[in-house]
Amino acid sequence: MIRLEKRKEPSKFWRIANPFLAVVLTMLAGAVMFAMLGKDPVVAIRLIFFDPIFSETFGSYSRPQLLIKSAPLILIAVGLAIGFKANIWNIGAEGQYIMGALFGAGVALAFFPAPGWYIFPLMVAAGAFGGFLWAMIPAILKTRFNTNEILVSLLLVYVAERILAAMALGLMRNPDIAGFPGSRDLRRYDAAHNAELFANTGIHWGVVAALIAVIFAYVMMTRHMLGFHVQLAGQAPRAARFAGVVPARLVVICLGISGALAGLAGMFEVSGPGGQVRIEFATGYGFTAIIVAFLGRLNPIGIVLAGLLLGLTYIGGELGQMMLQLPGAAIQVFQGMLLFFLLALDFQTNYRLRLTRGARA
Amino acid sequence: MRAPLLRLEGLTKAYPGVVANDDVSFDIGEGQMHALLGENGAGKSTLVKMIYGLVKPDKGQMTLRGQPFAPSQPSQARRSGVAMVFQHFSLFDALDVAENVALGMENPPPLRDLARRIRDVSEEYGLPLDPARLVGELSAGERQRVEIVRCLLQDPKLLIMDEPTSVLTPQEVDILFLTLRKLSAEGTAILYISHKLEEIRALCDEATILRGGQKVATCDPREKSARELAELMVGQVLTPPERADKPKGDVVLQVDNLSLASNNPFGTSLKNISFTLRKGEVLGIAGVAGNGQDELLLMLSGELLAPSAQVRLKGAPVGHLGPNGRRALGLVAAPEERLGHAAAPDMSLTENALLSAARRKMLTKHGFIDWRKTERFADDIIGRFDVRTPGPHVLARALSGGNLQKFVIGREIELDPDVIIVNQPTWGVDAAAAATIRQALLDLAAKGAGVLVISQDLDELLEISDRFAALNEGRLSDTRPAKGLTVEDIGLMMGGAGDMHVAHKASA
Amino acid sequence: MILGSINPAVLFAALMVAATPILLAAIGELVVEKAGVLNLGVEGMMIIGAVTGFIIAVNSGSPFLGFIGAALGGMVLSLLFALLTQALMTNQVASGLALTLFGLGLSALIGQKYVGITPPRTPKLDLGPLSDIPFLGRAVFSHDIMVYLTIALVGGVWWFLKYSRAGMILRAVGENHDAAHALGYHVKRVRVFAIMFGGACAGLGGAYLSLIRVPQWTEGMTVGAGWIALALVVFASWRPWRAMAGAYLFGGVVVLQLNLQAAGVRIPVEYLSMSPYLITIAVLVIISSGKARGSLNAPGSLNRPFHASS
Repeated sequence: MIRLEKRKEPSKFWRIANPFLAVVLTMLAGAVMFAMLGKDPVVAIRLIFFDPIFSETFGSYSRPQLLIKSAPLILIAVGLAIGFKANIWNIGAEGQYIMGALFGAGVALAFFPAPGWYIFPLMVAAGAFGGFLWAMIPAILKTRFNTNEILVSLLLVYVAERILAAMALGLMRNPDIAGFPGSRDLRRYDAAHNAELFANTGIHWGVVAALIAVIFAYVMMTRHMLGFHVQLAGQAPRAARFAGVVPARLVVICLGISGALAGLAGMFEVSGPGGQVRIEFATGYGFTAIIVAFLGRLNPIGIVLAGLLLGLTYIGGELGQMMLQLPGAAIQVFQGMLLFFLLALDFQTNYRLRLTRGARA
Repeated sequence: MRAPLLRLEGLTKAYPGVVANDDVSFDIGEGQMHALLGENGAGKSTLVKMIYGLVKPDKGQMTLRGQPFAPSQPSQARRSGVAMVFQHFSLFDALDVAENVALGMENPPPLRDLARRIRDVSEEYGLPLDPARLVGELSAGERQRVEIVRCLLQDPKLLIMDEPTSVLTPQEVDILFLTLRKLSAEGTAILYISHKLEEIRALCDEATILRGGQKVATCDPREKSARELAELMVGQVLTPPERADKPKGDVVLQVDNLSLASNNPFGTSLKNISFTLRKGEVLGIAGVAGNGQDELLLMLSGELLAPSAQVRLKGAPVGHLGPNGRRALGLVAAPEERLGHAAAPDMSLTENALLSAARRKMLTKHGFIDWRKTERFADDIIGRFDVRTPGPHVLARALSGGNLQKFVIGREIELDPDVIIVNQPTWGVDAAAAATIRQALLDLAAKGAGVLVISQDLDELLEISDRFAALNEGRLSDTRPAKGLTVEDIGLMMGGAGDMHVAHKASA
Repeated sequence: MILGSINPAVLFAALMVAATPILLAAIGELVVEKAGVLNLGVEGMMIIGAVTGFIIAVNSGSPFLGFIGAALGGMVLSLLFALLTQALMTNQVASGLALTLFGLGLSALIGQKYVGITPPRTPKLDLGPLSDIPFLGRAVFSHDIMVYLTIALVGGVWWFLKYSRAGMILRAVGENHDAAHALGYHVKRVRVFAIMFGGACAGLGGAYLSLIRVPQWTEGMTVGAGWIALALVVFASWRPWRAMAGAYLFGGVVVLQLNLQAAGVRIPVEYLSMSPYLITIAVLVIISSGKARGSLNAPGSLNRPFHASS
C-alpha cells in the first residue's frame, strides 16, 4: 500500500529540484502535444527553448528580445510574490500593468512635443502611481469591507482592458492619423522614449528597474522586519497579529508594491517595445507573471530564472509561429502545463510517499 | 468478574519515529466503568481510535463478545455497538443539533422523528437539548450533551468518553457522573479516558494505565491513592512547586469595568471586567472553555484594542496600544494555542524567537534583523528552559507540545516583563514540562513581576495562585484569596451547573 | 425615451438567456464550496466546456450531444484540479489559477479551426399554450430547454443540500473536515465528487455561451463569466435560490447595457461594457461588508487543505 506522509520538515532538495523537473516534464508533454498537432516534436522543442539563443539565423534578433520579454515578467512577478507569501492574492496585475501604461503614456502625450529631461522620470512616477492606484481598489475594499481581493483584482482587469480600448479609440488617439485607433508612437518622441541603453542587448530602463526590484525584494524578504512580517502573516495569521502585525496595513503594502511594479512594467513597455497605446497592447504578462512567481518559488532570485525561461517561451512561441505555423495558443498551454507540473511535483517537498507492507490483508 | 465485553490482545501501532501502542492487552467487562489513564502522549487516543475503527492496528486483535472485532471504519464500529464522545473535532457549528446527531448515526430516522427522540433521550438522562438550535451557538457543556445524546440514541454496548470533564464545571461533572452511572447500571460499558485521578477514583471500577505506549498496570482505582496512581502514570515522583511567601507590591495592571465585543462570530464578548494585579502576585482565572478566556488574553496582550484608560499598566493607560506598544512598556503574553498563535509552525525556533522579542531584546536596527543575535537569543531560551531540540534551526512544529510550550513561555519570561499573561500554560503538556513551567512562573513572580494565569485546570490554579477569580459567559467574578477555597466554591464561581441541575431533578 | 423603446417582455426573455451560463457555473461552484473546496478554475472549465461542446455539436449536428460533451469536458478538467488538490495536497488558489490559465490556452488551441463557424441551432422548447400567455409567454415561456433545466438544477441542488442525507454529509465535510473524518466520512471522496459536479456545471455554462447565447466560437469568449460566477456564489451567501436571483439581476444589467448600446446612447461602448464587472464588484462590497454578514455563511473548512493525520 502507498501512503502519503507529511514530512517533519519540507525537503530542501525537492524545493529547488522541482522547478527544473517541471520544465523537463513540460518539454516532454509539450513534445507529445506537438506530435499530436502533426509537427515534429524535436524540432518544435528546439525552436522554442534553444534556437532563440543559440541559433545563428535568428539569434541576433531574438537574443535581445529575451531581456525585453523577461523584464516585465520579472518586475511584475517580484511584486506578486511578496503578496503571495503573505496570502494576499493579487491576480489582477494585468489590469495594473495597463493602468501603469496609460498613466505613463498620458504624461508623455500631455507634454508632446516638448523636449525635457524631466519628462521620462515623470512618466516613470506616473506609471508606478497608476498601477498603485488600480491595486488600491481591491486593497481598500478588502480592508474596509472585507471584499475578496482575488475576485476584485481580477474583475478590474476586464475594466482596465475596456478603459484601454476607450483611450486608444478616444482621448489618446493620434490626431494626426485619421481613422486608425492607437496613440502617437512614443518611440518617435525622444523625451518619452524608453530606448535601448546598449545597442543590441535589449537592455532598457525596464530591465534596470527589474534588477533593482529583485535586489530590493531580496533584501526586504531576508533581512528586514517587513519581510519577516509578510511571511509570518502568510504562514500563521494569528501569530502575526500576536507579533504586532496590522493585517490591513499589510494588505495595503503588498497590493501597493505589486501594483506599482506592475504599473512600472506597463509604463516601460508602452514607452519602449510596445511604443503606443493600442487596443491589443496587453498581451498577458500580468497572468504569465503569476506562473513566473510560482516557478521561481516566490523567491526573487528564483523569479529571475523563471522570468528568463518564460520570456524564452514567448520568443520561441513567435519563432514557432513563423517557422512551423505553430498555433499561438500552444505557448499558453505550455505555460499552463508548467504550472501544473510544478504544483503536482511539489507534494514531494512536503510529503513523502511510503510503501507500507500490508500487515492486514 | 463480569464477562468480558471487549478483549484487546497485543495491540500495537507504530508511527514513523514513535510506537504509539506497544503490545497493549486488557478486558472491558459488560457494564463496566473502565478508566484509561495516562499522560499526554501515552497512547490513549491511538488506542481508542483503533477500537473506533479510525486507525488500524499493526498487530494484535480485538474480540467483542467472543467474536473477532476489526472495524475498518467508524460506521462498522458503530454497527457493532461501539460509540464515542470526542474531546474535540466532531461537531459542525453551522448545522443544527438534530443534523449533528444524524451525522453520527448509522441509520437515522427522518429528521422530525429524530428531533422527538432527541428530546426524549435528553430528558431521560437529564441532558436538556433543543434539536433545532445551531451547534455553533451552544456552550461547551451543551455541545458535549449533543455528542452524548448522539451516542445514546444508538443503544451502545460500549461508550468511549475522551476527557469528557475538561469542558465542564465541577457541578456539571457531578451530573455527568449520574448519567454515566445510570447507563452503567443499564448494562452499557464505559471506557473513560482521563488524566484526572480523583474523578477516576470516584467513578470507575477498573483502571488501565498507559505510559509511553505500554500498559503499566490494570488495577482497581478505588484501592489506590491518587498519589500512587500518579506515580504509575508518570513513572517518577513529582515534587510540587516551591514558592516563597512574600508581601505583594504595588498594582502593576488594572482593568476597569471593561466591555469588549469578540472578534469572532462564535466568540464570547467580555462584559464589565474589573481586576487588579500586584507586583509579585499570581492571579489565577478559572473557567470552562469558551467563556471569554481567548478574548481576555487578546484584550490584555493588545491584539484586541480597548478604550485607552480602561487598561492601565503601572498606572499608564495602554488600552489603545497594540502588542508591541505594550511589550515596550513591560507587558508580555503567551496565548493558549502554541502552534499558529504563540508560534508559527513552519518557522524555525530562531524566527519564532524574533516573533515577540524583536523590540525588547533589540534584535533589529532600523527594521533590519540581526539574525546572529536572534539565534543566540533562541539558544539562550533553549538552554535555560531545557527545551529538548537539536537546535534553533528546527521548525516549531517538529517539537513536542511540552518542549514548544517551554520555548514559548521561556521566550516571554526572558523578556524580563513587569506583567505576564498566560493562557493554559500546561495544556497538553507532559507532567515534567508542566512542573518546569509552573516553577518558572512562580520564580518570575518571586522576582517581582505580576503573573496572570488563565487556565481550565483547577488543581493547577489552586497550586500556584495567590488570588483567584472565574470567568463565566464573559463576566469575571470577584477575586478571592486562593487559600481556603474548595473545589465546590470555585465551581459556583464558574457558574455552577446552569440548567442541567433543574433537568435532573425533573427527571428524577 | 430610450428605455421606452425597449419591450419589457423581450428584455426579460433576454435576461434569462444572459443569466443562464453564469448561473450554471455558479450553482456548480456553490456545491464545490459547500464541500469546503475553493476552485478558482471556473473560467478555465467554462471555456473548455464552450469549445468541446461547440466542436461536438458542429461535428455531430446535435446541440444536445454538444452539451453532454461540454459537461464531460469540464469534468475532465476539474478532475485535474481534484487530483492536484485532493491527492497531491496542492494550494487550492494556485491550482485553480493554473486550471484557468491552462484551460484558456488549451481551448484556443483545440478551437482554432472552428472560429467563424455557426453551430447547429438549439430548438426552443415547445410549451404549447403557455407561450401564448401575454407578456409571460414571451418573457418566460419562449426559451430553449437549457434555461428550464438550469432552473430545475437550482431547485435540485437546493433540495439536495437541505433535505438529502448525502447533502448533509457534503455540508458537514465542508463545515469541519476533521469532525467529518472522525465520524468516518470520506472527506476526499465527497470533495472529488463535488469538484466533478462543479466541473460539469461550468462546462455546461460554457457550452451555453458558445452554442446558444453567442452562438459562435471565439478565443477567450467567456470574458470573465467564470469569475463573475465565483463572485455570484459569495453574493448568494452559498444559497442556491439567491444565486439564481443574483444571476438574473446580473443578466438584467448585461441586457440593459446591451440595449443601451444598441439604442445609441451617447456613452462610448467601452464604458457601457464595463458595467457588468463594476456592478459585480459593487455587489461583492455590499455583501461582504459587516452589516450584511453574508460572508459569515462561508463553509468553515473552505480553502483549508485536509490531510488525515492518522
